[in-house]
Amino acid sequence: MQDERKSWFGRLRDGLSKTRAALIGKVKEALAGSSVDEQLFERLEEVLIQADVGVETTLELVDAVRRQVSERRIRDAEEVPPLLAQEMKAVLRSEPLRLTPAGEGPLTYLAVGVNGAGKTTTLGKLAARFAREGKRVLIGAGDTFRAAAIDQLRVWAERAGADFVAQQPGSDPAAVAYDAVQAAKARGVDVLLIDTAGRLQTKVNLMQELGKVYRVVARELGRDPDEALLVVDGATGQNALSQARLFREAVPLTGVVLTKLDGTAKGGVILAVSRELGLPVKLIGVGEGVDDLREFDSAAFVDALFADGESASSR
Amino acid sequence: MFESLSQRLQSVFQKLKGRGKLSEQDVDQALREVRLALLEADVNFKVVREFLARVRERAVGQEVLQSLSPAQQVIKIVHEELAALMGGSHARLELGGAPPVAVLMAGLQGSGKTTVTAKLARMLKAQGRRPLLVAGDVYRPAAIRQLQVLGEQIGVAVFEMGQETPPPVIAEKALAHAKLHGNDVVLMDTAGRLHVDEELMDEIQQIKEALNPAEILLVVDAMTGQDAVNVAEAFHARLGLTGVILTKLDGDARGGAALSIRAVTGAPVKFVGTGEKLDALEPFHPERIASRILGMGDVLTLIERAQETLDQEKSRKMVEKLARGDDLTLEDFLEQMQQVRKMGPLDQLLGMIPGMSSLKNVPGLEVDERELRRVEAIIQSMTPEERRNPAIIDGSRRRRIARGSGTRVQDVNRLLKQFEQTRAMMRHLMGGGKRSRRLLGSLFKR
Ligand SMILES: Nc1nc2c(ncn2[C@@H]2O[C@H](COP(=O)(O)OP(=O)(O)O)[C@@H](O)[C@H]2O)c(=O)[nH]1
Ligand SMILES: [Mg+2]
Repeated sequence: MQDERKSWFGRLRDGLSKTRAALIGKVKEALAGSSVDEQLFERLEEVLIQADVGVETTLELVDAVRRQVSERRIRDAEEVPPLLAQEMKAVLRSEPLRLTPAGEGPLTYLAVGVNGAGKTTTLGKLAARFAREGKRVLIGAGDTFRAAAIDQLRVWAERAGADFVAQQPGSDPAAVAYDAVQAAKARGVDVLLIDTAGRLQTKVNLMQELGKVYRVVARELGRDPDEALLVVDGATGQNALSQARLFREAVPLTGVVLTKLDGTAKGGVILAVSRELGLPVKLIGVGEGVDDLREFDSAAFVDALFADGESASSR
Repeated sequence: MFESLSQRLQSVFQKLKGRGKLSEQDVDQALREVRLALLEADVNFKVVREFLARVRERAVGQEVLQSLSPAQQVIKIVHEELAALMGGSHARLELGGAPPVAVLMAGLQGSGKTTVTAKLARMLKAQGRRPLLVAGDVYRPAAIRQLQVLGEQIGVAVFEMGQETPPPVIAEKALAHAKLHGNDVVLMDTAGRLHVDEELMDEIQQIKEALNPAEILLVVDAMTGQDAVNVAEAFHARLGLTGVILTKLDGDARGGAALSIRAVTGAPVKFVGTGEKLDALEPFHPERIASRILGMGDVLTLIERAQETLDQEKSRKMVEKLARGDDLTLEDFLEQMQQVRKMGPLDQLLGMIPGMSSLKNVPGLEVDERELRRVEAIIQSMTPEERRNPAIIDGSRRRRIARGSGTRVQDVNRLLKQFEQTRAMMRHLMGGGKRSRRLLGSLFKR
């Protein structure tokens, strides 16, 4: 177990290496030959802002560090980043994915989010992962709107060897969800994954449609789905907060999947999402391949962002 | 789009406008709020810093601080610099040259390239051209199929060679196909790629060489955060972008990425995507957007007109008085009204004042010239004492004023009520709910 954790941590750090290099570089730069003064805090603020953490959350984090520095009379600038990392960990909520169904029927996940966030890809990766563990998986093609979305998901289902339930393009997504739950129960599959069409959170009618999909799934399942995951593109700026707020009004979200962290985007806005909404991050996407999905661990995430290679492994 | 930023800046400047003279600190305070607003709109940190440095340099100049209306001058400078940052007038697609002319689409995964490509094809077709869509995303499952479905919807041919042919070869063959079939524009969709993916960046460079495009358009999600500049810089360095298309602007994204990208690449935003339907593509008008960010309506015209017609000395006294915290009197009210009337029809003026256009619809505040003359008559029928201290205007005074001005008591009542509301609003604006919150270090220290 310990070993496995370490290795995924290692893989996480691989996935985040570009991010880490950029941020660590900046922190070091910020510290070079400096004492603990206002300028140091300002530079830390800059780093956080540039990581999309957002103004409010940044000010709050750095203020907390500033308080600690004065309470504990810290003089050495190099002691400050670990304090900041600690504050960030305290803010960031993470939870492991639920892996056993909370009641009767299959382990059920629903993916929601804006257009292009990575919902379909994330479900494809999850399907492959469960299938590899010997689980029987069924995928419901709830994106009936975007051109060829059903075909895209079918390819993923085939890759994973998962069952696939779909209707015609343009049909009612709630009806697809209904079919998927019925088929999953009838066939006795272990895992049911339901995709939905991307939608901007400000479109009231589309959000109502999503609410209906959720209610149909819950009704047919006889309980809430085990995960209702908001998929967020890791390059998203402050709009992620609006996404989290409004999607949560439509469906009871259980957590966030942060995708595309294999680029240079820092994904810092999840700190704001976590702080303001208490939504835990459950998974991160670090590529387009079937294996490019990692469990999220806030401590590891922050460590990977702040610590350099040596100190992380020696700690 | 951009509402929140616009609202913010409006409130900042409303505070400034209440003041007479401005000190350097006043300007800095306002610019700090501008900074906050821009950062919250996801404008890149460095772009914000450089932008504000430029604005500040101009804003603390002697003429501005000592001018009659420094706040307006600062607004004007912010507006001008913002417009400059966004680029001049609307940049069109440049599709001249011998047909077939090619357009290359590029961008990160999920930014909306395929949809935008189809939207462009639809637009060009409506303009009488004969576009050909080319399916160059050979990686994402069903990406080719997606383009085919969209092509069918808009009645535009789609050229594809399956997932096995390298995209640079597809580009070359597509051009030959277009020549043969009389297509005058070739629009090539490509796979989403990360700007740090060397292999795929090499590939798109090869696609460019094969296609020899007249337009190379970067498609960017309007919700993108600080990383937008890194992405744009990398694509620009490889490909030499000719333009940018900003997608998903129909949501509540503030779209600061547009400012950032333009600032670092110089490539103009040419279109914005405003919906999932294929007709939801709009030309981008930088000058309009800049005004919109500030919620300025036509405030520049207003400032110019005010400077021509207002009695400068009287205005200065009024502003100073209000800044001291003295209350507005009915005399001031009348004087202001008379001054403003000289500037032109009121409803027209009101539309030019930021934040005021919304007041137009508030019952009781609608403006018509008749109403204004009535108000004038009512105030002129008051004694100087009554104008300075409206609290003493009781029932019998009201009846006397109504008779004297040829109006009804209800009219007098309504005016007094409006005046009371205006005064309350002025107090509120002057008091200005000072934000004690510490603001992100000091931009101007270093
Ligand atoms: N680089 C990278 N690309 C991703 C990741 N997750 C998804 N994508 C890509 O993002 C694009 C949009 O993904 P898709 O799953 O269709 O998004 P959806 O509209 O939310 O279903 C596709 O090109 C995916 O291959 C990731 O973690 N890293
Ligand atoms: Mg999808």
